[in-house]
Amino acid sequence: MKLIENIGKGVFDLYRNIVDILALFFTTIWWIVTGPFKGKFPSRTSVFQQMVFVGVQSVVIVFFISLFTGIVIAMQSAYQLKQLGAAIYVAPMVSVSMARELGPVFTALIVAGRVGSAIAAELGTMKVSEQIEALETLALDPVRFLVIPRFLALLIMMPCLTIISDVVGMAGGSIVGIFSLDLNIYRYMTFSFDMMTWKDIWTGLIKSSVFGITIAMVSCYVGLNTRGGAEGVGKSTTMSVVISFILIVLFDCLITGLFYFSNI
Amino acid sequence: MEKREVVAEVEDLVKSFGSRTILKGVTLQIFKGETFVIMGGSGCGKSTLLRHIIGNLKPSSGRVVLLGQDITDLYDEDLDVMRKKIGMSFQSSALFDSMNVADNVSLPLREHTKLDKSVIDIIVKMKLELVGLRGFEDLMPSELSGGMRKRVGLARAIAMDPEIVFYDEPTAGLDPIVASVIGELIMDLSKKLSITSVVVTHDMKSVMMIADRVAMLYEGKVLEVGTPEEIKMSKNGIVQQFINGDHDGPIKFFQQKDDYLEKLIQ
Repeated sequence: MKLIENIGKGVFDLYRNIVDILALFFTTIWWIVTGPFKGKFPSRTSVFQQMVFVGVQSVVIVFFISLFTGIVIAMQSAYQLKQLGAAIYVAPMVSVSMARELGPVFTALIVAGRVGSAIAAELGTMKVSEQIEALETLALDPVRFLVIPRFLALLIMMPCLTIISDVVGMAGGSIVGIFSLDLNIYRYMTFSFDMMTWKDIWTGLIKSSVFGITIAMVSCYVGLNTRGGAEGVGKSTTMSVVISFILIVLFDCLITGLFYFSNI
Repeated sequence: MEKREVVAEVEDLVKSFGSRTILKGVTLQIFKGETFVIMGGSGCGKSTLLRHIIGNLKPSSGRVVLLGQDITDLYDEDLDVMRKKIGMSFQSSALFDSMNVADNVSLPLREHTKLDKSVIDIIVKMKLELVGLRGFEDLMPSELSGGMRKRVGLARAIAMDPEIVFYDEPTAGLDPIVASVIGELIMDLSKKLSITSVVVTHDMKSVMMIADRVAMLYEGKVLEVGTPEEIKMSKNGIVQQFINGDHDGPIKFFQQKDDYLEKLIQ
């Protein structure tokens, strides 16, 4: 009996959380659409601050992870393709898989770990130390004041980081191509781009925008609903990363499926 | 007795969290210009009551009227209109960690008024002067002591020249000297700016010092309302025990011995 009770409670909690997080999402969109007309948009400085934190400060880690990912895919695919005598196909293998899949997903995972956790911890601390309530009492909406700058920063910076990741990953692959497979750098690069279509790039960028929105909503929601002091903040931080990771992979699967089956 | 203007009114307020009822029918009236203290033991619902008066919590039943407007069913923008007329000083100060002292105090001014930056700077200096912290504009909240944080919180609460200021445990966690400085400050602000103050506290010393009227809250109900002198002379055993801080009395802190033994063996 206890088991059924727990399952029921779990399902109910999940349902309520999904409803709440969607409500937060629509409130955010509402503010973004109507805010500029009411003159109640968050200050440009706060958005820029978040953009620097989300984007500029993530470049180094995105660079290294993408570089080594590119190198690894090149080596792993060369191992197979060499047997077919098609080593040159390493180039499009790296570029297409970076643009379509690995660039957006790895960038999202990095940002969820680096930025999402920080957002959840910051908002969680603000919640448990009454700062969120203080904002409300000063007649300032926490969604407008805290969520929107982070949402916009993630929405704008995720595609930018993804482009960096794509380029750096291709560069990583070319290192293997040039030094190990004895391919001409010019040939490697032109072949990389020749085999890649615009669709490969924009589907990747759409994915990265969706991931950015996901990270923003999850980490803000978890942060704003923190309870129970320092322990609660720790839990929220972990939770935001775990939920973001799961949702990123889930949405990745859904969006890939959508493009795959719909033949856009 | 002259008829005084009521600025805040609570009528038969009931609040339950799940199966626990925190407030069991509270009725209060707060008059213009007075310093009204709500006192009571820890967990008796003082802070919950305060959060209802400022509209941050919604009652299970009952009514809250603030500055002549029923705020029981007000939300979002309508409630924000009311919130601009009140100030709140939080128990933990609730300063924004990411902003320095001046930005903390000026935030409501920057967001709600179209005043020029130079004007806002002057107002901030004036508010900080009132709480005795002029010259500390550029410090971050983490660089301040507990008492200073409380005073910055106070400066922020009065930044918009509110009609009522609410204080949640203004002296909790402060040493006796700083506590009386804060108490002094609250009286000072009430007199200088002739604002209504509503203070929630369990610190008897500051109650007697600052209060015009006191309400004793016990187990979610108002036991008695009166001037500090009247409260001191109260014949109610619970009030007397609370004022004197007696260990023995009608307020039971420990359970019965038999019960305890039974619980242990269980």
